[in-house]
Amino acid sequence: MANGSKQIVDFAKIKATMADSYKHPVQVIDREGKVVDPDTLAKYSDDQLVDFMKKMVWERTLHEQTMNFSRQGRLGFYAPTAGEEASEMGSVTAFKEQDFLLPAYRDLPQMIQHGASVAKGFLWSKGHIQGNQYDNPNMIFPQIIIGAQYVETAGVALGIQKNGDKDRVAFVYTGDGGTSQGDWYEGINFTSAYQAPAVFFVQNNGWAISVPRRKQTAAETLAQKAVAMGVPSVQVDGMDIVAVHEVAKEAREFAAAGNGPVVIETLTYRYGAHSSAGDDPSRYRTKEEEKPWFDADPLIRMRKVLTDKKLWSQDQEDKLVEEYKDEFKNAMKEAEAAPAQKVSDFLKWTYDVPTPAVKKQIAEFEAKESK
Amino acid sequence: MAKMTYIKAITSGLDQVLNDDSKTLIFGEDVGKNGGVFRTTVGLQDKYGEDRVFDTPLAESGILGLAIGLSLTGWRPIPEIQFMGFTFEAMDGIVGQLARDHYRFGGQKKFPVTIRTPFGGGTHTAEMHSDNLENYFVSTPGLRVVTPANPYDAKGLIISAVESDDPVLFMENLKLYRSMKDEVPDDKYTVPLDSAKVVREGSDVTLVAYSAEVNEALSAADALAKDNISAEVIDLRSLSPIDTDTVFASIDKTHKVVIVQEAQRMAGVGAIVASDIAEEKIMSLDAPIGRVAAPDSVYPFAQAEGDWIPNADDIEAKAREIVNY
Repeated sequence: MANGSKQIVDFAKIKATMADSYKHPVQVIDREGKVVDPDTLAKYSDDQLVDFMKKMVWERTLHEQTMNFSRQGRLGFYAPTAGEEASEMGSVTAFKEQDFLLPAYRDLPQMIQHGASVAKGFLWSKGHIQGNQYDNPNMIFPQIIIGAQYVETAGVALGIQKNGDKDRVAFVYTGDGGTSQGDWYEGINFTSAYQAPAVFFVQNNGWAISVPRRKQTAAETLAQKAVAMGVPSVQVDGMDIVAVHEVAKEAREFAAAGNGPVVIETLTYRYGAHSSAGDDPSRYRTKEEEKPWFDADPLIRMRKVLTDKKLWSQDQEDKLVEEYKDEFKNAMKEAEAAPAQKVSDFLKWTYDVPTPAVKKQIAEFEAKESK
Repeated sequence: MAKMTYIKAITSGLDQVLNDDSKTLIFGEDVGKNGGVFRTTVGLQDKYGEDRVFDTPLAESGILGLAIGLSLTGWRPIPEIQFMGFTFEAMDGIVGQLARDHYRFGGQKKFPVTIRTPFGGGTHTAEMHSDNLENYFVSTPGLRVVTPANPYDAKGLIISAVESDDPVLFMENLKLYRSMKDEVPDDKYTVPLDSAKVVREGSDVTLVAYSAEVNEALSAADALAKDNISAEVIDLRSLSPIDTDTVFASIDKTHKVVIVQEAQRMAGVGAIVASDIAEEKIMSLDAPIGRVAAPDSVYPFAQAEGDWIPNADDIEAKAREIVNY
């Protein structure tokens, strides 16, 4: 082709328009607390809306209390959740007890909502095995290896499909950094290839420790990555609990009906550090960046909607916070009363049938532990 | 009872477990219609359907993730990793997740996964298709590693591996697939997952080997016998755990030992066996522990394999050195 002649493919145009379908995140309540989609809001009863608010207050209080416990040295690793209440509570409440949850380390609140006790969450943080033993069998412990839960979700979803379970799906979380992992792609692609029932959440909170979202990929949205795998996807305002819940509920219905998986990117923000282990956000981000996100707080905007409807008051909220604090303090006492872990137990659980060497080591440790 | 190749014996074992337990699933790259690139799963999709024997997208980490997730929903997965060199792509799934999950759940859930993978060399495959990577897996608590050296054990071990509720890495030797035949019962039988076997009795020196090197050790024992050197040959069969009782009992009899592996000296399980012997049986030895292994290079290109893989002559020479010490 000679210079200056018409090109057969307009790559510049393709690049410029790839994200066009994703430029308007789903929103029901805007950042000022104004209802922008009254029809969707009308689907929810007053009780449901109040319940959303209670759950966000619960999660914010859990976060604050957990940070206190961390400062007191009573917890181990903990990934702060403030800012992500609408994304986490809006999504988890769209699922049923029989749905299988595959959480990442920032998803303790969803696990607790899905049937793990608060004490279990604390025990996990403290590094106690009882924190990984749950009453609801439809859950795996928080995943540490970024993206590993995505490939495992493919297996859970395929297992659900093969078991012929109706009205059951797998749902899974990772952050924006997680979408750079090969496992993220493999997990969604496998699920898509088998048209298995799963809902994949990307909680895009802007940062993978100190690396901003824009350095993870040149893609304008993370949701659009799903297109390559033949999976429908959407961006939702992750600070708007009603929008997140509605999208998650519709995604669950779509997947459970046998249509294959869905990918949901929630646009949210991590207010604090990556973890209680001590990274300092002031090293890698500015107050100017943070302020608009703090102003978009999911509790503030829901508080406004409920107050306008005369369903909420500051007194009511203050009382709730005190109740939740008591709940968390009691849970901490319960966690702290857990019996010391035994090496003989770790050895017993390493294999289903212990090897001869392990049998010997169990006997050695049982003798030591009985002293 | 029929004479079967090593590969047919594995197919027969897989047929058995698919027939016995409707929760077993075989999956991987090309395992369905094609029956696997080596034809190990040939005919099984026709017999048990695409729901039970199916092809996956081409992604090893995905295959292992699938296995873990299927276990969590009550299935008994038998994934295939097409060549052992490709297990690196699934290392987190196998070592980071699967092997640790029973412990991480505090015993609440079982992960009865059997990962099948061809390994070893001597068949002039393309680069990175021949490997002896067992050392990466035998040092992983929570994972069992087995490798049969003959068709009889191949069928018995694959059935035991699939029926075990522990995750098992089942290593199939490329060279053995079609190079040896054996009488193999048509019916179901099992070979224990943690036992070595004395495959030839002897009194002067113990040759400890596994997989294809067992046959090389047996040939070496034949050659040594011509000079009235009586070699006992042990097939480890299980690389994790190692059945040290059988090895130690033999050393108490022969007082001399040579450990043989196809892998490079710094790889394989020879060093583990040597250290177990040193720890428990050093006073029973009348000579240093002998070792035969491939040299510590990267696995060589196809035309050089013959010079590189340890053979019966290498084993015979080392055994003579140890016997004459």
